[in-house]
Amino acid sequence: MSAAEASTRRDSFGALETHLRARRESGAKLLVPYVTGGYQGWQRAVEAAAAAGADAIEIGVPFSDPVMDGPVIQQASTAALADGATPASVLEEARELDTGVPHAVMTYYNLCHHQGHERFASALLDAGVCAAILPDLPYVEAGSWLEAAAETGLEAILLAAPTTPEHRLADLCGASRGFVYAVGLLGVTGERTALARTATEIAARCLAVTDRPVLTGVGIGSPSQAVEACEVSDGVIIGSAVVRTLMSDGPEAVGELVASYRTALDHG
Amino acid sequence: MAAETDGPTSSHRSVMGEPTTDGRFGDFGGRFVPETLVAACEELEAAFREAWADPAFVAEFETILRDYGGRPSPLTECRNLSSQLGVRLLVKREDLNHTGSHKINNVIGQALLAQRMGKTRLVAETGAGQHGVATATAAALLGMECKVYMGAVDVDRQALNVFRMRLLGSEVESVQSGSRTLKDAVNEALRDWVATVENTHYCLGSVMGPHPYPWMVRTFHHILGDEAAAQCKDLTGGDPDVVVACVGGGSNAAGIFSGFADGDARLVGVEPAGGAAVGRGVPGVVHGMTSYLMQDEVGQVMEAESISAGLDYPGVGPEHAYLAAIGRAEYPSVTDDEVVEAFTLMSRAEGIIPALECAHALAWIVRAAPEIQGQTVLMNLSGRGDKDVDQMMDVLGMHGIVS
Ligand SMILES: Cc1ncc(COP(=O)(O)O)c(C=O)c1O
Repeated sequence: MSAAEASTRRDSFGALETHLRARRESGAKLLVPYVTGGYQGWQRAVEAAAAAGADAIEIGVPFSDPVMDGPVIQQASTAALADGATPASVLEEARELDTGVPHAVMTYYNLCHHQGHERFASALLDAGVCAAILPDLPYVEAGSWLEAAAETGLEAILLAAPTTPEHRLADLCGASRGFVYAVGLLGVTGERTALARTATEIAARCLAVTDRPVLTGVGIGSPSQAVEACEVSDGVIIGSAVVRTLMSDGPEAVGELVASYRTALDHG
Repeated sequence: MAAETDGPTSSHRSVMGEPTTDGRFGDFGGRFVPETLVAACEELEAAFREAWADPAFVAEFETILRDYGGRPSPLTECRNLSSQLGVRLLVKREDLNHTGSHKINNVIGQALLAQRMGKTRLVAETGAGQHGVATATAAALLGMECKVYMGAVDVDRQALNVFRMRLLGSEVESVQSGSRTLKDAVNEALRDWVATVENTHYCLGSVMGPHPYPWMVRTFHHILGDEAAAQCKDLTGGDPDVVVACVGGGSNAAGIFSGFADGDARLVGVEPAGGAAVGRGVPGVVHGMTSYLMQDEVGQVMEAESISAGLDYPGVGPEHAYLAAIGRAEYPSVTDDEVVEAFTLMSRAEGIIPALECAHALAWIVRAAPEIQGQTVLMNLSGRGDKDVDQMMDVLGMHGIVS
């Protein structure tokens, strides 16, 4: 690839990244809630979240062995699987959604590997999903997936962790599409009582090496923590707090929860 | 010109050599872990390479295995079973090691390495509890903190080992997620490690997981294969015709195979019918590795079902997937009923109560005996059956075999 070609490629962002960049340019902090697909009421939860001001939605496709997830998302995944959720059924239901914001899928690599990279990427695109996050497929193993996704037109989002060495971080951020998922702490998904010091550190390290939107996720459990993270980061991903609310209070409550984050980020 | 090497000591490429730099045995292996753990795996690999090249480290490892672990373990010729089955049956007595199984080899290696890396805490998964007990033992010996994750189902059927681990000063967490067996204990140990990687070493119990574990764990078990090869040569003048071991993740099999892989012996890894990753699995990715994996039609990992908690695992170490793919080893499976029969057979014929895991190996030998008449068969007796007697009291009582 020539330098010119490379830069054109770099400039032709996918739907998710284009949207997030535009929102960032307008001065907004980005808010991306996560909802476990297939869990009872999940579609209404997604619609409520979008109506409450989410900039994009992360849809979880439940997997039998969710190694990056804490108890809350594990519980929702297990319940969705017990209700018969499959990758195909979740994508079928995702296709029916009309939220006006981009959708990304979060799932585990074996479901992608099993179907084959191209077919998996195409199935997501067919369902109106423009990006994918595979938290157990690290950058060092992602080469052929990144290629297949790029060829198909799906944005493959990569995760950067507090432990990612400096020598890998710039390449990782460069290879990610859509945004860079900055893992806020050493640990799995779940709410914490305080924002980890690592949350702002990793966001700052990413932002120093990329102009791609950087969103911080894992361990953000309150609007004030979101505001604190966004003192550095371009935005936040809210997972367990959303899923816990969905499980205990239903989809409409998710709308209220997301609205509280939106208000805090806009005025905080 | 330098010959292609696979390690500092060998001048030819071994069938069970070092994996590629990206941790592959053929198409299998790799490092499929959350980004948070990639650096930890890289550091572990570097530390292992450095330690294993340090004669002082290797000497300490071997000394502890000798003076504390009881190595070398003997090779026993089973005359009664030999005459019953029509084969010459030799068994490698890993059941006589301290803590009652082969697991101690790997655990001493990893605990010493962890300490050398400045880690103060070990986490481990366990199925039957043997790896958990071994890890708790090493932690006690070396003064490290230790937490063992064990599926709730296994906590119930291996209550004695749970007590042992607690007695040894370890915390045991009963894992309630998923199928509540070994695979879920691995998930929970990985989740712990993701959060504690700065001071904690994940002491993985088999030749599975992300690179360098499959290779490192097998290397710590080489000692049993090397001993067995020398003992066979002393006793019979050469290699056995067949080498048989049970396969859960595959560490005891990898250890014994490594002593014979470059020779002509037939290598047989025996899986449980309800956890036949090589036999019934297709390539998949879980627990950090690409390997054969029992999964449903969309790629959800299936629950293994075996009478033996230590083999209740839907995957298999990547090097076994490779040995199967290239045809160097074969991986038949046996049923729970065959295992129960072998368990009682060995107890009565030889006065050795085998662990249910290695009773799988004997079950295959019993079944295959008509086709291997007159052959010398080396079986890895990977552990003793004391931990299983409580469970077998119910099983055998029910069948009216022992009441
Ligand atoms: C005695 C014994 N043998 C075998 C195994 C299975 O492990 P692997 O396949 O790694 O040898 C176990 C595991 O708990 C065990 O306790």
